[in-house]
Amino acid sequence: MTGFYTLFYKEILRFWKVSFQTVAAPVLTSLLYLLVFAHVLDAHVEPYPGVRYTAFLIPGLAMMTLLQNAFANTSSSLIQSKITGNIVYILLPPLSHLEFFSAYVLAAMLRGLMVGTGVFIAALYFAIPSFAYPLWILAFALIGSATMAMLGIIAGIWAEKFDQLAAFQNFLIMPLTFLSGVFYSVHSLPAFWQQVSHANPVFYIIDGFRYGFFGVSDASPWLSLGVTGSCAVVLAAGTLRLLASGYKLRH
Amino acid sequence: MTIAIRFAGISKQYGTFQALNDVSFNVAEGDFFALLGPNGAGKTTLISILGGLTHASCGEVTVMGHDVQRDYRQARRAVGIVPQELVFDPFFTVRETLQFQSGYFGLRSNDDWIDEILANLGLSEKADTNMRALSGGMKRRVMVAQALVHRPPVIVLDEPTAGVDVALRQTLWAFIRRLNTDGHTIVLTTHYLEEAEELCNRIAMLKQGRLIALEEKHQLMNRGRSRSLLLKLSSDTLPESLQGKLIGRTDDGYLELKLPDCSALEQILATLGNAGISVRDIQISKPDLEDIFLEMMQTPAPSLS
Repeated sequence: MTGFYTLFYKEILRFWKVSFQTVAAPVLTSLLYLLVFAHVLDAHVEPYPGVRYTAFLIPGLAMMTLLQNAFANTSSSLIQSKITGNIVYILLPPLSHLEFFSAYVLAAMLRGLMVGTGVFIAALYFAIPSFAYPLWILAFALIGSATMAMLGIIAGIWAEKFDQLAAFQNFLIMPLTFLSGVFYSVHSLPAFWQQVSHANPVFYIIDGFRYGFFGVSDASPWLSLGVTGSCAVVLAAGTLRLLASGYKLRH
Repeated sequence: MTIAIRFAGISKQYGTFQALNDVSFNVAEGDFFALLGPNGAGKTTLISILGGLTHASCGEVTVMGHDVQRDYRQARRAVGIVPQELVFDPFFTVRETLQFQSGYFGLRSNDDWIDEILANLGLSEKADTNMRALSGGMKRRVMVAQALVHRPPVIVLDEPTAGVDVALRQTLWAFIRRLNTDGHTIVLTTHYLEEAEELCNRIAMLKQGRLIALEEKHQLMNRGRSRSLLLKLSSDTLPESLQGKLIGRTDDGYLELKLPDCSALEQILATLGNAGISVRDIQISKPDLEDIFLEMMQTPAPSLS
């Protein structure tokens, strides 16, 4: 347990030592989104009956920031360690792949949850959403952060250069999170794009998360839980397999 | 004699490149062992396999009886490796680095031993300095410290003194020698052959992925070229009977003669005296590890394994 605990703590300290960049900056960016979109759209759009656009936007923004930061934590930690070479100091000790996996994933989840909570608290200044089902909120926050943390491990192991990691982030993670209904209810989209959105797992994370706040959503929360839960299980199995095989880590 | 490290039939293939070819040898407990060879001979690959950083294409490695693949937890606890590349984590101080490294090995409160290592490597004053702020030599010391946090019975140093000043080299070797005296097994790769000659009791040589020598140091040293005698004489021509012993002439006017053993010296001097040639200066040169190394690397020797 000491091995796992140490690695977990190191991963937390790694982002905490630069928390201005890893925690404060993403919170500020989200608030800028909120400021601009809410100001422009609040008077014109009512996504659900009785739900103001600003209130609607807050959970989505908090979740998007949470997801992006969970991904950033594992992926940037791994690529930095690989490029500077100090990954050997994680590979030489008797750490099992399960310890490696849990330490990286949990630390990234923590960063995601911290940033998400930060966005949420700061956003309360603009509007106060309701809290219909707190357990759904918690469930999707945990599943969402874990999913992205695992994707971050895969990307961090696969990428050999910062350039490749940036491609993964900009061409996969960003479109998935941006086109997941953060800024709109997918019901307002044309039928075709509604279909496309339903093929995006991140849509279910945001939608289920939002259900926890407002008690209304585009899809059933149980469907969202099923889809996101299965994705998380498949990713966990895949990531553990990669780590156990030593893919791109041990030659 | 207990075996500390056993390499059995290790081969490693990278695509079409054969980095290691059926390498087998043992390192005994308590040895101060040198692993020598030119760049690209496979030394670092062999050490990476030992540390579990690289998987061998075939063959088996055990450390203190534990297989590095099947029994990796015990095997990794038994060995501390100082990697060749200068690597560090720029986020942390020296002490944090060493505390984390202890934790990865399952050690919770290790500060007494960490302090002792820091003192022995002249790092005490830098304990709370960020790794980024250290000079190259200081970073190298921290890497040595990182390999020692879990008090491994086997310590492997992959060119630990490359780019390191004389003062540190001496501090480092004094400390490593002490660890060896205390019973730790030391494996060393180095480009400074005089270090291997001075410190090690056994020597293995690798060439193009094959083991070409594995001997006690003194045996290896005796295997090299015989001694030679350098003479500056009053005359430029040698007596007829000594012509056969002449190897060459140096730029500064010495004649170099073969000297198979010391008893031949008397005979040579007597012959010179009888011929009325006086000796102005005399030197006897002994082959060092470097000569032997170069000789072995130049001649195509049959593989030992």
